[in-house]
Amino acid sequence: MPAWIYEKTFKAQMLVFFSKAPSKEWLSRFRVFLFLLCLIPLARLFWLGFNDDLSANPVEFVERSTGYWSLFMLLVTLSLSPIRLLTGRTWQLQYRRMLGLFMFFYACLHITTYLWLDYSFIWVDIVKDIIKHPYVLVGASAFLLTLPLAITSNNFMIRLLRERWKLLHNLVYLIAILGVVHFLWLVKKDIREPLLYAAILALLLGIRIYYKILSNKPKRNLM
Amino acid sequence: MIIQTKSDILSSEITPKAVFDDRRTFLQQAGIGLIAGATGLLTSPSFATSGNLPASYKPGNSPIKLPRFSKSKYGAGEKLTPYDDITTYNNYYEFGTGKDEPAIHSKLFKPVPWTVSIEGEVKKSKTISIEDILKLAPLEERIYRMRCVEGWSMVIPWVGFPLAQLIKWAEPNANAKYVEFISLADSQRMPGVNLPILDWPYTEGLRMDEAMNPLTIIAVGLYGESLPNQNGAPMRLVVPWKYGFKGAKAIVKIRFTEKMPITTWMKAGPSEYGFYANVNPQVEHPRWTQSSEKRIGAGLFAGRIKTQMFNGYTEQVGQMYAGMDLRKNF
Repeated sequence: MPAWIYEKTFKAQMLVFFSKAPSKEWLSRFRVFLFLLCLIPLARLFWLGFNDDLSANPVEFVERSTGYWSLFMLLVTLSLSPIRLLTGRTWQLQYRRMLGLFMFFYACLHITTYLWLDYSFIWVDIVKDIIKHPYVLVGASAFLLTLPLAITSNNFMIRLLRERWKLLHNLVYLIAILGVVHFLWLVKKDIREPLLYAAILALLLGIRIYYKILSNKPKRNLM
Repeated sequence: MIIQTKSDILSSEITPKAVFDDRRTFLQQAGIGLIAGATGLLTSPSFATSGNLPASYKPGNSPIKLPRFSKSKYGAGEKLTPYDDITTYNNYYEFGTGKDEPAIHSKLFKPVPWTVSIEGEVKKSKTISIEDILKLAPLEERIYRMRCVEGWSMVIPWVGFPLAQLIKWAEPNANAKYVEFISLADSQRMPGVNLPILDWPYTEGLRMDEAMNPLTIIAVGLYGESLPNQNGAPMRLVVPWKYGFKGAKAIVKIRFTEKMPITTWMKAGPSEYGFYANVNPQVEHPRWTQSSEKRIGAGLFAGRIKTQMFNGYTEQVGQMYAGMDLRKNF
């Protein structure tokens, strides 16, 4: 049923937007463009910082902003495969590593803000905060899980690990769920924004699961 | 030799002194008319309602100098949190859940006219206008630390008077063991009230001895000016040894009760927010570290400071909780 709705409504627009085969030159120019685009959130923080415009609580502002963009990059990364499933186009997949690493980059800034600007590297307080507060524990776990993914993101490791690499990188789904739960639990009462993120993640995972189930069934012509 | 430097400002841009002085006088008179006049310090209270005020004039939105208040001993040696930080970083969900939203969405709010109704366990239910409330007691400045349950703090120069003065006037009867404070919940004027995020109206409460404690004040101003809308104009509760959410804003109803009132945040998160909500670095919160805090205005690299028991007011309030298990009564 949902596939039928998609076929009848958005599919045409999706195919136009993700045009069949962009030229090589265009693809590499788009890579540079995407790279610069992903740096804007960081540039913005510096700009606001120099202008003393990081709100009354600058540490919280930087902490929130870097966390937010890390989650955003993760969701963008996770949307590339569903686009393939929905349109059959594959060229967007070549930016997956770069976007994934930007997620890691903003996560590193997020953690650094927490450890340094928020807790001044006072480890007793940090450990206590992580143990006592579920949302911090969930966030810390998510970050630790990104480390092996970042370390194995180069071509050498991909060749070395082969099939195990794919298995390892399935961790990204767990990281995404932990990330959204981290956001959901830290918010005091107004959970509209984290719920939006949860909904987007559910949609992205739902598309995968849907096609997975479909591909296990006897072949049907969907594309 | 005379070196002439060119001024950056055109002489035509400088406000003529007469106009400037006039504006000051006007503001002073408007302020005195609205606040002081109402308190009976001046004989021209009618000025406020005489229709001479320009349409753009909005009390609460553009704070006015409070005419007369005495200084107090509290807060000596504390560095005040900048006015801009106190008025742009607010938890006031009636005007939105973002910290910057109350300042934006309360711009058009008019905290006049204002009446407060007194009910429950009192000799006689009655109402009182903000003008009459201001006549109850002389105003004084109280520089208090404010510790939010979220782990940040400020030092705020409130202007107000002891709540005890208002309670004396309200004449509670012998059954009154608690005081309940109910805030305005006007969905027309407060956009946040349309969202079912909290159980409106915002309700807070104090035990009678807490309410009568000399530290507990009704604030009507800060930094020597009338209270800005986003800080709870025209009057709010300030209880400096408790977490900030105890300080109900824009109070319209004060009810005396025999039983402990159930407050808004107790309903919203019974395991997180208790009735007492005393600042206590030893009692953990499921979300935020309570043993240390971030001082607003200290900057990006200032780190945290230790949170003090009862926010540093143990000497004045500690005896009220003698023998109580503060872990259970959090």
